[in-house]
Amino acid sequence: MAILLDRDTRVAVQGMTGWAGTHHTTQMMEYGTNVVGGVRPGKGGRSHLNLPVYDNVAAIRAETGANASIVFVPPSTAASAMIEAIEAEMPLVVTVTERVPTLDMVRVKDALKGSKTRLVGANSQGVLAPGVCKLGVMATGSERAGSIGIVSRSASLTSEVVAQVSAVGLGQSTTVGVGGDAIHGMSMRDCVELFLADPDTKGVVLIGEIGGSQEQEVAELLEETRTTKPVVALVVGTHAPRERRMGHAGALTFGFKGDAASKIAAFEKAGVRVAPSAHLVGRTIAEAMARAN
Amino acid sequence: MRLHEFQAKRLLGDYGLPIPRGAVALTPDEAEAVARDLGANRIAVKAQIQAGERLGAGGIKIVSGPAMAKNAAQEMFGRRIVTAQTEEDGETVRRVYVEEGISIARSLHLALLVDWSVGGLVAVASPDGGEGIEERARRGDFRQERVALPLAGPADKAEVAAFFGRVGLEGPIVEAACDIVEGLRKAFVELDATLIEINPLAVTTQGELVALDVKMTLDDNALFRHPDLASLRDEAEADRIKLSAHRDQLNFVQLDGDIGLVSNGAGLGLATLDMVKAAGGKPANFMDIRTTARSLDIAHGFALLLDNPKIRTLLINVHGGGMQSCDTIAEGLGVALRRSGRKLPIVIRLAGQNAEFARNRLANFGCAVIEAADMGAAAERAVQVAATGRA
Repeated sequence: MAILLDRDTRVAVQGMTGWAGTHHTTQMMEYGTNVVGGVRPGKGGRSHLNLPVYDNVAAIRAETGANASIVFVPPSTAASAMIEAIEAEMPLVVTVTERVPTLDMVRVKDALKGSKTRLVGANSQGVLAPGVCKLGVMATGSERAGSIGIVSRSASLTSEVVAQVSAVGLGQSTTVGVGGDAIHGMSMRDCVELFLADPDTKGVVLIGEIGGSQEQEVAELLEETRTTKPVVALVVGTHAPRERRMGHAGALTFGFKGDAASKIAAFEKAGVRVAPSAHLVGRTIAEAMARAN
Repeated sequence: MRLHEFQAKRLLGDYGLPIPRGAVALTPDEAEAVARDLGANRIAVKAQIQAGERLGAGGIKIVSGPAMAKNAAQEMFGRRIVTAQTEEDGETVRRVYVEEGISIARSLHLALLVDWSVGGLVAVASPDGGEGIEERARRGDFRQERVALPLAGPADKAEVAAFFGRVGLEGPIVEAACDIVEGLRKAFVELDATLIEINPLAVTTQGELVALDVKMTLDDNALFRHPDLASLRDEAEADRIKLSAHRDQLNFVQLDGDIGLVSNGAGLGLATLDMVKAAGGKPANFMDIRTTARSLDIAHGFALLLDNPKIRTLLINVHGGGMQSCDTIAEGLGVALRRSGRKLPIVIRLAGQNAEFARNRLANFGCAVIEAADMGAAAERAVQVAATGRA
């Protein structure tokens, strides 16, 4: 099976009536996702795409049993939409919206503390369990059901790596985009923990990039757990232009972990196989899986 | 959005941050006039670039008297200053800030920023402020204290006082330090900042706290809440190319090679850059098309590359996704090539959403492109084309 999603996933779409909501709701339903309705304040009682529209998340949850939501609400109100879903105890929330203000995400993180919600994103392409459920905006066609869990910070590279993993004859149990912003819900480490516990995920691919320390957090987890599942990582940004920095505070406070070399070193120390180039991720996981069998 | 020192001081002065008297000068004569008005014995002339470590790079001069201030400014204007925090070719000085000199007894480091890993606002401080702070940190010769701050409502004063106690402040100055942090916390939240850094926060020989240098960045994604602050960008960002790329939904960094790179998504863009470098090529830029870019935005992005005479070939690496499909980018390329009229070899890799449609669009535009089967092959081909000048 998959992590985060299954055949009982019943999806509420927050911001369904806008252009993006309409387009991607249609796409998700065409993939077979069970969308039970939408939320749009002030439009409760109407219908859109032949689905009922509710005024708020609590109502759609009570009346349809929705157990996941996807957020297409514009940046200025995305945080309140997420907080509303958290307060309604929605078990899984995926936020696609890009460019949510940083301090709004701090407010969302505060609301998540002690809550019953898992948040993916913001600025995420979503979660895909091939053949089971698509809760996101990713293009489909090159994915296939299989045993590799993919967790990524980059939507465009996920599409690329999914195609490569399918091309080498492996498929995906689930792909998760944790989101491209500095502050987001589930971390790469949270996702890897779920993949390690999932019996149907036999191997894991991590797609990391420069900035932050999420990759090191995954490496620490893998050193602690000593998993037997093969783990392959791609880290992009080795040759990124030197970033114009503002001051010292970031490096002084969070250490000097943001560069690709530090991340690659942490992965190698934890026994993760690092793909030598972005076009060789499929081959690298295929070799790792063959060796493990 | 990064602010200049003079902009940050102007904003934070309104929140009670103690700063030296000073003003901006756009010419050496203005610098002289400001220095005369200040009437101070010691004058600091400071190049307004958006990077630290200016002292060692000649971006800060301490002088005595208006005539010397004029000379110091004269030497700075138009110069490119390179420090560890600028891009490799540095940043041009277009303004100087002239302020009264301060006699420093101690230099602290104080910053407010968001801790990514926990997703909360923190204040950090160190007793070892001033220039060269990162070098000391890398040597392990650096101590930092931190305290979490709430977004809503004032910070707990006893906690902040204890935090400054650990940094080594004592006596009445602690009260002043707590007031500074509370003012900065309020500014951070109200202005949607992502960083406020004061280095040094000086303890003067008179025992007062003064912010000598301030670095501040604002959250681009929150500027819709602050139309008044959005106008600071034109004042802050002198780079025409960056300014236009920002307006056109692109992330753009100019480099000095001969292969123009275009990708959709930052991750794919970084991967392309890595592959070109690994194949021995020299990228002319980094360019990532955001998912919100329309075809005419993308055409403006291509125009930035086509206007660059150093570029000998374009490498376009696109994996169409649900938000940005291949055909939109093909259309942007077609429009830009027609407008520009420039002919140069173009290596393209199209995969994912609407790749076939994109090929038709390119054919209809009459664009001759070299198509590669995968991105590794595309990178190698582009490097070869740039080296030989032949498709």
